[in-house]
Amino acid sequence: MPVLCSSCAEKRAVLKRPKTAHSLCKECFFWAFEEEVHQTIVSAQLFKHGETVGIGASGGKDSTVLAHVMKVLNERYNYGLKLLLLSVDEGITGYRDDSLETVKRNQQQYELPLKIVSYEELYGWTMDAIVKQVGLKNNCTFCGVFRRQALDRGAMMLKVDKICTGHNADDVAETVLMNVLRGDIARLRRCTAISTASEGEGVVPRCKPLKYAYEKEIVLYAYFKKLDYFSTECIYSPNAYRGHARTFLKDLEAVRPSAIMDVIHSGENLSVREGVKMPVQGTCGRCGYISSQALCKSCVLLEGLNRGLPRLGIGKHHRLHEKILSQQPLTQVEERKLKAVNF
Amino acid sequence: MCQVDEEYNGQLEHRGAPRVSKKCVKCKENTAVLIIRAGDAFCRGCFKDYFIHKFRAMLGKNRVIFPGEKVLLAVSGGPASISMLSQVQEGLSRDAPKKLRFVPGIIYIDDGGASGQSMEERKRAVAQLESVFRATNYHYHIVHLEQVSSLPSSVLEAGSSATEKPETGLSYKAAVDHFIQTRKNQNQHSDLSVENGQSHLSSLSMQEVQNEVTSPITPEHTQALQRLFASVRTLTAKEDLLHTLRQHLILHTARTQGYTKVMMGDSCSRLAIKLLSNISLGRGASLAMDTGFSDPRYGDVVIVRPMRDYSSKEIAYYNRMFDIPSVFIPGLDTKAQDKASIQRLTESFVTKLQTDFPSTVSTIYRTSEKLHTACPPQNTNTQLSAKCLLCVCALDTKLGDCIFHLNCNTLIT
Repeated sequence: MPVLCSSCAEKRAVLKRPKTAHSLCKECFFWAFEEEVHQTIVSAQLFKHGETVGIGASGGKDSTVLAHVMKVLNERYNYGLKLLLLSVDEGITGYRDDSLETVKRNQQQYELPLKIVSYEELYGWTMDAIVKQVGLKNNCTFCGVFRRQALDRGAMMLKVDKICTGHNADDVAETVLMNVLRGDIARLRRCTAISTASEGEGVVPRCKPLKYAYEKEIVLYAYFKKLDYFSTECIYSPNAYRGHARTFLKDLEAVRPSAIMDVIHSGENLSVREGVKMPVQGTCGRCGYISSQALCKSCVLLEGLNRGLPRLGIGKHHRLHEKILSQQPLTQVEERKLKAVNF
Repeated sequence: MCQVDEEYNGQLEHRGAPRVSKKCVKCKENTAVLIIRAGDAFCRGCFKDYFIHKFRAMLGKNRVIFPGEKVLLAVSGGPASISMLSQVQEGLSRDAPKKLRFVPGIIYIDDGGASGQSMEERKRAVAQLESVFRATNYHYHIVHLEQVSSLPSSVLEAGSSATEKPETGLSYKAAVDHFIQTRKNQNQHSDLSVENGQSHLSSLSMQEVQNEVTSPITPEHTQALQRLFASVRTLTAKEDLLHTLRQHLILHTARTQGYTKVMMGDSCSRLAIKLLSNISLGRGASLAMDTGFSDPRYGDVVIVRPMRDYSSKEIAYYNRMFDIPSVFIPGLDTKAQDKASIQRLTESFVTKLQTDFPSTVSTIYRTSEKLHTACPPQNTNTQLSAKCLLCVCALDTKLGDCIFHLNCNTLIT
């Protein structure tokens, strides 16, 4: 007895939905997935008619599905948006150069304009060179901080009103768990927001339309729609701290599939006591980018890399900001602590 | 990394591995017998002082226990709660400087019916614990989980504080005076409403005489309880249900016997695990109350957690060095696999992470301290509909957005 789709009850079911364990046929699954993203966009009022939206595209499954769904919904529901693809080249051989080929193919398939910004042209450093200096741990910090700024710079070059990224429910849940484990209260409050603050110069607001979509469903969608995406993970990722949170989350999902949504729900409802010190938004002294310290993080990291003191950005270093701004040399002790530990 | 003539040019700081033959870091005279955290080596005497001092400091810093108050100690037989019991004994003993002044009572909840133990095993465990309790000379209550079926519905309501909660601006001294005043008023004028309320509650529940076990439970009660637990399919939900029922029983006992404070023996490690598993269960809104020092959600009975600063390692060392007897009683999740329930999974995750990153538990603990602990305002008339029925915390779901938030944007296909 073939199992019928629980939604239309006509066709045979081809998959079981990870979120709800319903058995669905292909068309009903596509419809459910796209409708949910549409509901997310509409109820959070993410876009306004006539805006130019940049889609952060890496060639991976999340951004490919995001580009596809945005295009479909833009036409179906008349959002009136102008869509573009924005891609960042970190300079990781064997990973990023292959995925960029995928993005270029996506550009032709979806007929969307594409802009690629690279770390080499923005900062003068590729990730491979950075890892050689920093080592195998703590390099995700560099990549993430630089990428954020690279996306913003690319967005300003293209004059977009908003950026949307392919962060899915699993990513947000992992971030909540990671911030609890690391005790980062400031980020804990902000990480479940669906879009970032939109005021300020040089700041392009960012949103996550796929925030409530499970990673497994994104994979199923990409597979059944036969979308073209690049599926290898970053070669430096096994040593990241996020891996621990990720394994835990995957086990949680195995015990109870709704746990991912529950974690996001908990994160949204956390309230912080008054009197806890929170960072205040200001501007960087050197590049004018937004920052909560005297120098923005990417300036600090770059300074460390250029001076051969890669640990400058890792750990607490607020007291050194003034010294760096005024170009004073650092003392012997400080220099020694900031050099890389060679294994 | 693998080169032959690689030179470690003095970058790696040479840190001496902690050795137990070192001197105690506190008195610097005696040899150390144990190491806590990263490098603190203590001798026996200093460790005992450190342990006792932490307990007193925790109670003294958060001044919620008034002198002469009746405090109920919730003891499960495990190392942390037995350690708490011995600390209370230490604090109340005559020769302690500045001794604590409150009236303790002990409660033990026998949940063998839910975890499928036989009557003989349960009687044995209860007898072991009774011998421990009798040695303390405090009043104790042994409550069986089967009594849940005869609880009145008043456990689902937050009572107004019998002593009106003083303004936060008042100092501790003023609060104590206020407390003693109201108690005297109650005794003198024999506040009829309060007494009636108490006796009414007592008559509804099964008769409990102090220092005695309650009347023997019938097999029907046990079966009813087992049916209740069998109807819950996942172990996660069973543990959650057990926790809620235990809270209700403790609350009911506290209310009928006139206790205004309840002390729970949750240690730092246990609370870190509880925090993470509550996040995974979706209880983010009530995190502060579930893992904070004081839990004021029930209004008239306040739950405090004085052991929340102790890691389970410290408690284990103390119990071993000073021969504090603890009783192991198998529970719902004994010998369960890692993935059997969310709570079990979180426990194994945190303990494994702790071995690689020794600051994990303390970081989680500090995160929980920064969370909001203020309780919702006490005007229960307007706020009645906004509290959850079972856990009496503020609701975090809005009726209007129910499709969006409750199902978290899941379409009903």
